[in-house]
Amino acid sequence: MIETLNKVEVATECFHCHEPCRADAIEFDDKKFCCSGCKAVYELFSEGELAEFYANRSFDQHEEKYDFLNDPILSAPFVTFRSDDYIRLKLKLPAIHCSSCVYVLENLHKADRGIKSVTTNFVKKEADILIQPNQISLSKLCQLLDSIGYKPDLSLDASKGTENKKISELSLQIGVAAFCFGNIMLLSFPEYLGIDSADSDFIKFFGLLSIALSIPTMIYAAKSYFINAFSGLRKGFFNIDIPIVLGILTLFFRSTYEIVFSIGPGYLDSLSGLIFFLLIGRWFQSKTYQSMSFERDYKSYFPLSVLKIVGDKENPISVNDISVKDQLVIRNEEIVPADAILLSDATSIDYSFVTGEGAPVEVKSGDLIYAGGRLKGNRITVKVRKECSQSYLTSLWNNQAFKEEKLTYAEELTNKISKHFTVVILSIALLGGIYWLFTNPDMMWQVVAATLIIACPCALALSAPFTNGNALRVFGKHSFYLKKAALAERLADIDTIVFDKTGTITSLKNMMASYNGADLAETSLQVIKSMTSNSTHPLSRAISEYLNYHDTVVLDEFEELAGKGMLAIYNGVSYYLGSPGWLGIKEDYTLNTSAVYFKKGDDVIGHFEIKHAYRKGVNKLLQELGKGKSLQLISGDNDKEMKYLESLFPKGSKFYFNQKPADKLNLIAELQRQGKKVMMIGDGLNDAGALKQSDFGIAITDDISNFSPACDAILTGNELNNIDRFLEYAKKSKQVIFGSFTLSFAYNLIGISLALSGMLTPIFAAILMPVSSISVVLFTTLRGNYLARKLML
Amino acid sequence: MSVIYILIILSVIVAGTFLGLFIWANKSGQYDDTTTPSMRMLFDDKKPESKD
Repeated sequence: MIETLNKVEVATECFHCHEPCRADAIEFDDKKFCCSGCKAVYELFSEGELAEFYANRSFDQHEEKYDFLNDPILSAPFVTFRSDDYIRLKLKLPAIHCSSCVYVLENLHKADRGIKSVTTNFVKKEADILIQPNQISLSKLCQLLDSIGYKPDLSLDASKGTENKKISELSLQIGVAAFCFGNIMLLSFPEYLGIDSADSDFIKFFGLLSIALSIPTMIYAAKSYFINAFSGLRKGFFNIDIPIVLGILTLFFRSTYEIVFSIGPGYLDSLSGLIFFLLIGRWFQSKTYQSMSFERDYKSYFPLSVLKIVGDKENPISVNDISVKDQLVIRNEEIVPADAILLSDATSIDYSFVTGEGAPVEVKSGDLIYAGGRLKGNRITVKVRKECSQSYLTSLWNNQAFKEEKLTYAEELTNKISKHFTVVILSIALLGGIYWLFTNPDMMWQVVAATLIIACPCALALSAPFTNGNALRVFGKHSFYLKKAALAERLADIDTIVFDKTGTITSLKNMMASYNGADLAETSLQVIKSMTSNSTHPLSRAISEYLNYHDTVVLDEFEELAGKGMLAIYNGVSYYLGSPGWLGIKEDYTLNTSAVYFKKGDDVIGHFEIKHAYRKGVNKLLQELGKGKSLQLISGDNDKEMKYLESLFPKGSKFYFNQKPADKLNLIAELQRQGKKVMMIGDGLNDAGALKQSDFGIAITDDISNFSPACDAILTGNELNNIDRFLEYAKKSKQVIFGSFTLSFAYNLIGISLALSGMLTPIFAAILMPVSSISVVLFTTLRGNYLARKLML
Repeated sequence: MSVIYILIILSVIVAGTFLGLFIWANKSGQYDDTTTPSMRMLFDDKKPESKD
């Protein structure tokens, strides 16, 4: 018996900054705040002193959690400068999300004299911190940040640099190209206006100066086109850069020849303009989401260091140095970095990273704990069975899928076309040359050069960057973040969609209860309702929600035992609700969900199963997607919900249950062998392999600052229902690219026919080339925005 | 009219100076983060700390 008691997530507004609060909103003074920064600023305004906030901060119990940072080797990835008096370090603080956060962090020097300055980077969610190590240690600093709500991300992966340099170089190249373009245009003006032949000295001077200006454009600004074309040629595949470079070189040498021998003014204005527009196109496509990581592997989930027991001491060691038979100490909320055997007493491990299943698993002494599990309970000692990289979880990463980069470049539409394009243009130029060789040999070289110049696929090269860049922005507005713009093209070809269940089409936050067992009398129902509504435990709340329509009664006696359950006495009868272990019931291990057993007197009546609720609107989405695509579900869970899932999914969908992470990967690979273009939508680490293998992997997350496995795009859970429209938009975008290709071919046709007839003049080229580029850019951007509006994106 | 030679060379030098300034600004990291300073300027300066 399954019900769809989906709770609507009410979006609450932060009292201070008015941004929507996430589920982990902070309540203070009966008001809701989205982050501790906002709360602090509120306190500041209501009480007038920032000091209060810092004074009231409380250190939590894991005081030794950051101790490893005091070891210079382990803290090295975060430290950018170190001397005896000062340490400068860069920390990733994923919790930064509004201007209040910036305010609180940058005023941190008022809280501790050891902190000299904090400079935050909002976009990258990073802070550059200067401290005096003799006043505050690195571990103390991190504790302080943690205590005010900005827990530093100290995973191995966070210590890597970003690719910001590339963008910075691009802007320099644009600057140089713009400078040269502007000046060459200026020098060409007399030519446009028809300079007097008496001033031929000027013509020569302007021409030589233009050559001088175009050299930095060629050598520096257009550098990457030469590099790409060369590497394309060496690998034997034709990318769009090859015809571009061909055009650029012909332009340059033809112009130099014309100017030096005073034959004509050359085409250097077109050359620099062309490079400038191409770079702008690249800029438009270069937007990246710097605060998000699309490349996380298992290392991102692991801490940098663990405590190893050596003799009677505990030393922090790097995760990479763990070897078999080491004894490690794991503290509450820490992740077990390698498959290990529990030496301490029973405890519970939360495998939600690995399996997506939220409920912690009980582990007894001597049991094997898999890497990736998070400890929920007091500190434990474990003995390592396998090295970090060999564990059950991380062995997935040894799969071939992780070794090879996805072939994005070769697949792009522009590159497919450019191969034929190059061949066609070269043969046209050749045929034209042969024709003129026999009719008027003097014209031959001019015609060949003019053909190559005017055919330079500038407009063609701009179509995809602008269309895809636009798609990237449209998707970004709806919390659908693509790793890079070119991926938008790949979305259009998807014909098979594979869903994960837990955390993807179900929400990890909303629980849903159902009852199994003998029928319950009305009194029992009322007692259960009364007991559960007295408790704040998530399982109790789910049951209370399930019994929404029953009244509560006044219980004679009620007690809640943490981690076990609840007992109540009503009219002389005792009622128990709780874990099977506590009630002395043998646990049914086939159950994949959390179960709460109900005992009345001495009889066990039945149990409640608590599962994650399905996301709202999933049914409609799946029916909509099913119209054109084949859908599949692949889950690590058992097939208990098969019936309900069948009603959710359109007819003909396939279901796979009890699938291990490697099975998921293999299924995707099998589908791809059948020629399918597969999109995988998943969340946890268990989907990482499948996400990587698929043609387009989307990681679903309820909080984008959270961990998400390596993928092509990140989507927030509440925007899942828009996937059909995203796909539709991607398809339309592809048509826009085709449209602009047609447009640029039309220009080329005009240009080439002029060039072949020997009528192409430099001034005509100077007009036609920018006009074609600009009109293509306008067409793609306007059409893209119009389509987005039509699809209500 | 030969003054044009000087004028043009001067104008290229002036423009080149601005290009140089742009390159310097870019290299010195002024464009690395364009979001945070826009927030930072809105914060009120508190009265200077008397302790230090």
